[in-house]
Amino acid sequence: MTTAKTHRFDTLSLHAGAAPDPATGARATPIYQSTSFVFPDSDHAAALFNMERAGYVYSRLANPTVAVFEERIAALEGGVGAIATASGQAALHLAIVTLLGAGQDIVASRSLYGGSHNLLDYTLPRFGIETTFVDPRDLAAWEAAIRPETRLLFGETLGNPGLEVLDIPRVASLAHAHGLPLLVDSTFTTPWLVRPFEHGADLVLHSATKFLSGHGVVIGGAIVDGGTFRWDDGAARAKFPTLNAPYHGFHDMVFSEESTTAAFLLRARREGIRDFGACMAPFTAFQILQGMETLPLRMARHVANARVIANFLATHAFVASVGYPDLPDHPDHELAKRLLPRGCGAVFSFTIKGTRAQGRKLIESLTLFSHLANVGDAKSLVIHPASTTHFRMSAADLERAGIGEGTLRLSIGLEDPDDLIDDLSRALHVAAKATP
Amino acid sequence: MHLDVAGHETYAYTGARPLVATQPTVVFVHGAAHDHSVWALQSRYFAHHGRNVLAIDLPGHGKSAGMPLPDIAAIAAWLVDLLDAAGVARAAFVGHSMGALACLEMAAAHAARVDKLALLGPSVPMPVSDALLAAARNDDHIAFELINAWSHSVPRQLGGNPVPGQWLTGVSLRLLERSRPGVLHADLAACHGYADGLAAASRVRCPTLVVMGERDLMAPARNAQALIQSLADVRTVTVRGAGHALMTEAPDAVLDALRAFL
Repeated sequence: MTTAKTHRFDTLSLHAGAAPDPATGARATPIYQSTSFVFPDSDHAAALFNMERAGYVYSRLANPTVAVFEERIAALEGGVGAIATASGQAALHLAIVTLLGAGQDIVASRSLYGGSHNLLDYTLPRFGIETTFVDPRDLAAWEAAIRPETRLLFGETLGNPGLEVLDIPRVASLAHAHGLPLLVDSTFTTPWLVRPFEHGADLVLHSATKFLSGHGVVIGGAIVDGGTFRWDDGAARAKFPTLNAPYHGFHDMVFSEESTTAAFLLRARREGIRDFGACMAPFTAFQILQGMETLPLRMARHVANARVIANFLATHAFVASVGYPDLPDHPDHELAKRLLPRGCGAVFSFTIKGTRAQGRKLIESLTLFSHLANVGDAKSLVIHPASTTHFRMSAADLERAGIGEGTLRLSIGLEDPDDLIDDLSRALHVAAKATP
Repeated sequence: MHLDVAGHETYAYTGARPLVATQPTVVFVHGAAHDHSVWALQSRYFAHHGRNVLAIDLPGHGKSAGMPLPDIAAIAAWLVDLLDAAGVARAAFVGHSMGALACLEMAAAHAARVDKLALLGPSVPMPVSDALLAAARNDDHIAFELINAWSHSVPRQLGGNPVPGQWLTGVSLRLLERSRPGVLHADLAACHGYADGLAAASRVRCPTLVVMGERDLMAPARNAQALIQSLADVRTVTVRGAGHALMTEAPDAVLDALRAFL
């Protein structure tokens, strides 16, 4: 039997979704910096509005430059499509509000990005959507938290900041046994390290601000639909009326009848992007696309550098622990080898044998590492989670999330790793000598 | 809407519109291992422009119960049952690939029930390689991958979907993967075994439109020439740049061709 000739990951990183511009021949994806698009005639306009023809109406709903990014991330993830959003937070919000309403709930890993935790724990309850947080490694806890009102399971491929590896196949199987989808935040891993749909996830979200872009100059996000979850089958049918019942906001469209594989995306675009409006700007999409062209090259270097730095820190006298699944002492090392054979990304935390004050001294003594609240930049970054990204968590929650007073989070960039080691060596020395 | 057709629950997409007795009806018939959703844009257009639409899921496909039908003549006979179940005397039939063969046979064998005939991506005959049939018989995923690759023009395999934000080959592959075990093989075998296509074409008297994809690798335009020669009242449209999945690769061009004809 012959094999199907399809394009491979590195090729898709450069080309997916894009083609020479039909109007001008421009090879780079043009920035369609236009709010709206001229209708050829009234009938065409009406057909566009009623989803009888494909095309562009208004850039909040869809834009040609943004669509290239959407296709590219969908292609790299192996999904059926994507919706670009103003940020990763907007992608998470869009996914949730497309599926859930007041009185329904989410079961989520408790090891989440602080912004996601804010949305789930503090903001969404005001709108009647509650979240139960569980230890991502405890499958029994996931199952025990599922209630009749549960509509979504959510975790990160690599937990923040402890890098717990989400056992996607087992959590997905559990979700599906209850007629529920699994949403995975794959920001830390990107599709170069893991493609969650291949392991059973149903929806994937990204903060495209991070490794997908790599340059740290734009804020953006995406929600990708794997097209595998059967919204209208069995137990799921009654759980998801937004996809299975007529939607009066769009001519009584039943999205699961309109599209067999992309019903979620239809509803998310026709309602969530239309009404909440957290869309991506075309210039943002253009900049993210520039980054994605080199995603495979960058991720390989990010991971290689991260391994070097993690191993350096693991043997340093002033370092108490390094939380990186690539290291044999990490609780998820074996799982990481199965799910993340190319490596465990370039963001990890380590804890010093010192106080919060010494941690502060360490950060302030670094010169190459930039002290800021971001990850996935080409430049190396550092932050103190307990006082910044996770500052509103209680001491008990911090401890459960593996965040100590002396814990620092690094995002390893593309610099020469020896220069990064020199920077860390110098700062660790200063911190160790500082007053506790 | 759900209909009872020959004892099995059958799904037909109607554009969320009820059937109106005074309106003409268009029946859309999908290809192998597909369902009604391949016609999403075109079927919705006609449903909202004065036509009853029945974009059906064939038995054993999509949301319809039952087993896939064993051959093209059986599908044509089932289409008659569909019209009876829907209370429709005559309709225009639009078919793609395997669905085109079924519509062709329908128009030949049950001429009184067919007003017009539109055949998209037809090949008469429609031979299927032994290797592909064997892979489909074993429900080997490679069968889906091959069909998906051959169904799209090379440029479209890199993207540029007219529907913003959807990855065309991803949608198509997922749809194939959703087909029940054995369905793809049954459909391919039906296509492979349909030996009477040219004879059927010579019996068709209704106006017929043949729509071909310029870059169709599955059913190259040259494979439709004998069919075109055999049809009495025929017009043709070649969709520039499109592959076999021309309704999704070039939805507007297909819609325009159907609007002009129907």
